[in-house]
Amino acid sequence: MKTSYMNPYLAGVLLGLVLLMAFFFSGRGLGASGAVKSVMVAAVDIVAPEHTANSHFYSKYVGEGKEPMEAWLVFEMMGVLVGGFLSGAFSGRLNWRIEHFPGITAKRRLVFAGMGGILFGFGSQLGRGCTSGSALTGMASLSVAGFVSMMAIFGTAFAMAFFVRKNWI
Amino acid sequence: MGPLIPQEIIGADWNLFIAFVIGIGFGFVLEQAGFSSSRKLAGMFYGYDTVVLKVFFTGAITAMLGLLFFSLFGWIDLNLIYVNPTFLGSAIVGGIIMGAGFIVGGFCPGTSFSAAAIGKIDGMVFIGGLFIGVFFFAEGYPLIEDFYMSGSMGPLKVSEVLGISGGVVTLLIIIAALIMFKLGELAEKRWPRAEY
Repeated sequence: MKTSYMNPYLAGVLLGLVLLMAFFFSGRGLGASGAVKSVMVAAVDIVAPEHTANSHFYSKYVGEGKEPMEAWLVFEMMGVLVGGFLSGAFSGRLNWRIEHFPGITAKRRLVFAGMGGILFGFGSQLGRGCTSGSALTGMASLSVAGFVSMMAIFGTAFAMAFFVRKNWI
Repeated sequence: MGPLIPQEIIGADWNLFIAFVIGIGFGFVLEQAGFSSSRKLAGMFYGYDTVVLKVFFTGAITAMLGLLFFSLFGWIDLNLIYVNPTFLGSAIVGGIIMGAGFIVGGFCPGTSFSAAAIGKIDGMVFIGGLFIGVFFFAEGYPLIEDFYMSGSMGPLKVSEVLGISGGVVTLLIIIAALIMFKLGELAEKRWPRAEY
């Protein structure tokens, strides 16, 4: 199939080099879900500071001398939005749209996107990181957690693909 | 020499700026690879597009080899590289829930931001879902905490479990990846789809 996307193996090498630079400069890998957590924690801390101070979860990130928004992943994900936008502009892919398989409605696509996001958000916290932070970065550093995450994520997606096939094929 | 910031070769003040610059590279590559398209990502699980497999494993292998050679040349001290700790039970159950989210929602967190960055509404809705899911976890944490913290194995490496060197592990992963790339190419021929 011909697309205007980059050759996947070249894109993979570049992705690996970006990850290597993260290790080389900051001593840590890439991530994504951690930024969502930091923003969510900061927002809840503004709305209900007593609740966050008393919670085992929130109190890990807020309180004396802790700034949830001054997190590496928050700044990295702001960069991701800029980098994604630049790539879209560069390749002529900037436009408002709901991308979906023609066999389903846009509304159905959005409902499933929202449900998938909820599941992924919850799972990423339980699993201590998502596809970027736990699976990709973990595998690069040969961590057992990285390989376990990778196999659990992709294995489950393969196992469930049959049941939601009408959304995709 | 490296990692530069933990060894204070570059001041810690620069860390967040570097995170931002690295993020730009990350977002640019994700979008160029086509990871801003849920239909490309989902193609992995129906065989019509295996770009996820190719980019993900090529990326992991490149970084693995980079770390190995940087370490060999004395450019990086691997002891100062963060290795995510293994909590087996929560890693498996969390991974299963994430896998369900992947096939239902068509994105993972990083790719949904890449999609939102070029105007995909479905990517933005997925991100909204992420916030709700993380919030559910935070509020439900007292019920989950025991399971979340159970089975701690520390920052365990595959090479330690198997008792072989990191280089041999990397070689085995490269061989496995080459076989999977071949299978991916075959799948794309077997279940082709028109332009999407």
